[in-house]
Amino acid sequence: MAEEMRVLLKYADQINPESAEDYIKVGGYEGLKKARSMERKDLIDEVKRSGLRGRGGAGFNAGMKWSFVPDAPVKYVVCNLDEGEPGTYKDRIICEKNAQALLEGMAICGHAIGSNQGYIYCRGEYPFVVELLKNAIASAKSSGVLEGFDIEVRMGAGAYVCGEETALIESIEGHRGEPRFKPPFPGVEGLWAAPTVVNNVETFACLPYILVNGAAWFAGIGAEKYPGTKVLTLTGDINNPTYFEVPTNYTLRDVIYKLGGGIKNGKKFKAVQVGGTSGAFIPEQNLDTPIDFDSMGAMGAALGSGAVLVLDETRDIVDVVTRISKFFEHESCGKCNPCREGTFRCREIMEKLNSGKGSEKDMDNILLLAKVMQKAALCGLGQAAPIPIESTIKHFRHEYMRKVL
Amino acid sequence: MANYKDIIDNCKSTKGGIIEAFHALQKEFNYIPQEALTEAARVFGLSEAQAYGVATFYSYLSVEQRGKYIIRMCESAPCHVAGADEVIKAMEDYLGIKVGETTADGRFTLELCECIGQCQATPVISVNSKPIFNVTAQQIPEILGQYK
Repeated sequence: MAEEMRVLLKYADQINPESAEDYIKVGGYEGLKKARSMERKDLIDEVKRSGLRGRGGAGFNAGMKWSFVPDAPVKYVVCNLDEGEPGTYKDRIICEKNAQALLEGMAICGHAIGSNQGYIYCRGEYPFVVELLKNAIASAKSSGVLEGFDIEVRMGAGAYVCGEETALIESIEGHRGEPRFKPPFPGVEGLWAAPTVVNNVETFACLPYILVNGAAWFAGIGAEKYPGTKVLTLTGDINNPTYFEVPTNYTLRDVIYKLGGGIKNGKKFKAVQVGGTSGAFIPEQNLDTPIDFDSMGAMGAALGSGAVLVLDETRDIVDVVTRISKFFEHESCGKCNPCREGTFRCREIMEKLNSGKGSEKDMDNILLLAKVMQKAALCGLGQAAPIPIESTIKHFRHEYMRKVL
Repeated sequence: MANYKDIIDNCKSTKGGIIEAFHALQKEFNYIPQEALTEAARVFGLSEAQAYGVATFYSYLSVEQRGKYIIRMCESAPCHVAGADEVIKAMEDYLGIKVGETTADGRFTLELCECIGQCQATPVISVNSKPIFNVTAQQIPEILGQYK
């Protein structure tokens, strides 16, 4: 199997992503029509049956998430377009190629949970996507397809932690983007204390196709427990650094060697980091793993956002991981001690190891610190920050040993 | 130049819109002037300390005066392996400033940033949020020379 399977990106560059009319010509907004003809409970059941799981990285069943929303006078649908994971640009691509599918998906969710107000939180690095989305919303409104569902775009301002759903909500409210304690979860108490569903761009964009083609169709694509397609973005030492949409049972090896065209400049493969900068580094012997959430998890890695960073044989793993540890120190919001101090110490120890001044004792200490952070940090940022360190000490210990006193 | 009070006033009806107001102010002034921060705090019903806390939390917002063109160099892992360090050095040499500084003529401010989501074309810099792709150290004089 070496073919892409384009569902979300089927009409990429063939339609104007801002134009609702263009989208309707290729079957757009039929899913919303069908959703609106259904009872809310039946719609949620249909989405549950499709097996659609969150495409932002956590992999939670979307229909299940919606089913937790209680009755309330005001509820919100929030789209996470913060996309801060280094190496990730799939949500930008989905907006630039098929923005109307995102709007339609949000309106479908709105009907399912009984909300008439949506927010898209777009990262501050994408002001051009904010403009595109505002035009797309205006186009959808003027063609009448959204009916009573309103969508507002808010722009982030360069804080990675705002990809965490409660930090994102804080930011929309105009506060510092610091994560909240959970529970209560946003589904019960989210934006302005109202029940709120937060889903990723790609998750929303899958919904129109699930409604039109049926839950069984979607559940039959790719991996059984994480069905559908996934948009991947390739970067690093790879011949084709671009985006691809593949069924979720596609293997990493095929991603790199077939779609990616192999390693650049005829060099050999050393490692691949999947899921962005918080992902694990994966060695050659694990490349035959399918990319789905559970298969990646079973080998101690994660699909995450679907970013694929390929490193060739000449790359210095310890140096790359040191750079990554600086990223987390910079992006830690400082609210909880395990992350604030932990990311600082991780960076400090990694710099010591990278400059040849570290010892095996430092490696033991950093692995212990990693365990503390994974158990005690308030949000995913602090929990995931040590994963690149742990995974490289596990799979590329010899590279560390070369630099150890 | 637009009045900061009018800019803030335009965002007044947006619930929780102080960050939107800060973006609008930066579009005009390239940073958030002190008197505008005070006014925004008043309009959105926050203390000045709270408003300052918001403005300084986000790396894209600045309460310090900056140049006409804000250059950001991505130093996340994909750009790092593609040679970001050499590009930073070339920019520092060309502009005669260090990261975090503004040129004496007020034209350029040089900042580091994390991933800007253009990893198909590393290393990437952005000038006033416009991304520039596959940048090499050799191209820096030519690229930055276009900004007058």
